[in-house]
Amino acid sequence: MAMKVYGPAASTNVARVLVCLEEVGLDYELVPVDMTKGELKSPAHVSRNPFESRAISKYILRKGGSQLLREGNLSEAAMVDVWLEVESGHFDSAMSPIIFQCFVVPIFMGGTTDMKVVEENLEKLNKSLEVYEARLSKFKYLAGDFVSLADISHFPMAHYLLAGPHASVIDAYPHVKAWIADIMSRPSVKKVTELMEAAIRMN
Amino acid sequence: MAPVKVFGPAMSTNVARVLVCLEEVGAEYEVVNIDFQAMEHKSPEHLARNPFGQIPAFQDGDIVLFESRAIAKYVLRKYSKSAGVDLLREGDLKEAAMVDVWTEVEAHTYNPALSPVVYECLIYPAMRGVPTNQKVVEESLEKLKKVLDVYEARLSKHDYLAGDFLSFADLNHFPYTHYFMGTPHASLFDAYPHVKAWWERLAARPSVKKISANMPLKF
Repeated sequence: MAMKVYGPAASTNVARVLVCLEEVGLDYELVPVDMTKGELKSPAHVSRNPFESRAISKYILRKGGSQLLREGNLSEAAMVDVWLEVESGHFDSAMSPIIFQCFVVPIFMGGTTDMKVVEENLEKLNKSLEVYEARLSKFKYLAGDFVSLADISHFPMAHYLLAGPHASVIDAYPHVKAWIADIMSRPSVKKVTELMEAAIRMN
Repeated sequence: MAPVKVFGPAMSTNVARVLVCLEEVGAEYEVVNIDFQAMEHKSPEHLARNPFGQIPAFQDGDIVLFESRAIAKYVLRKYSKSAGVDLLREGDLKEAAMVDVWTEVEAHTYNPALSPVVYECLIYPAMRGVPTNQKVVEESLEKLKKVLDVYEARLSKHDYLAGDFLSFADLNHFPYTHYFMGTPHASLFDAYPHVKAWWERLAARPSVKKISANMPLKF
């Protein structure tokens, strides 16, 4: 029986789950949830929650026997965990408000971008990217010289960064830029990026 | 085998997150203080351990880690078998997923609602000499009540968050909740009997009691 994923493909959290399904080649069905119609708060949806995309992603990768978590190796698995935490605390935390202001507010809410919020978060993002640049100057990928969920987990936000008005922020970080290009060129990532773009076009 | 090292003040919530796991598995460890007043967290030595200049950092021989949840998981994976504990449940697909889910919930939903109350009521007045921002406290308490509604429903069905077994997910809640109980709003939990009972079970654990002893509520 195919797994069901609830949510719009354009959502970064949903995209994160979809790419894992693509990586392990498990069958799935995407069940759209209309965020504008308040479906997220309906009892039917809440009862399927709380599910968090990183937890779901790990479940899928384990079930599919993927090597993207390295759970057979103590130190490698630890590095994957470290950089997943960094993604959450130092990348997403800055990217999320930028994406919200540059995409969601004008496109979905008909409002105006708050440039002050964008500036503050671009500053935070730059500080984080300095650390990423140092790391990726030493290793091909974040957890070491092997690709892992820590790298792939960045792709949804990276996609929106590249598609938005602040893409040039990565030009100052050549290793980061090359690493993003590498991740975005993975077949699984390309496929889900297409789903994300199609979902946005439908709006 | 040399004891592992945890870098950071023992009273820090994120250091405590790691320490309670070390206690649960009975591992030998050493806490190495990092002096924030002296900007030690931004020293080259510490930045080599944690490039973001934060605490905790961790060292086990050649292995150097940062990010408290990642460190804690490493500790649990390394020592669980010999200690006879299984707080991650990585041998069981479904159980491991539930541990992950509720660990994420703590990080992304519970903590963001609860920690501002701790910062405003305890930490900022003590460390920065600023008065409590009541507006932030009120807004956070409102969010926290909604979160506790979900926790109450969950803990009415299971003794612990991931199921009927204690896990890493439950332990993650200890450090900030410990400090919350030192704020004037501790009685909020009285309205959620299953949550309160769950918290009391956690607080009674020898590991939690031991680490709490270094986390004074008045500072």
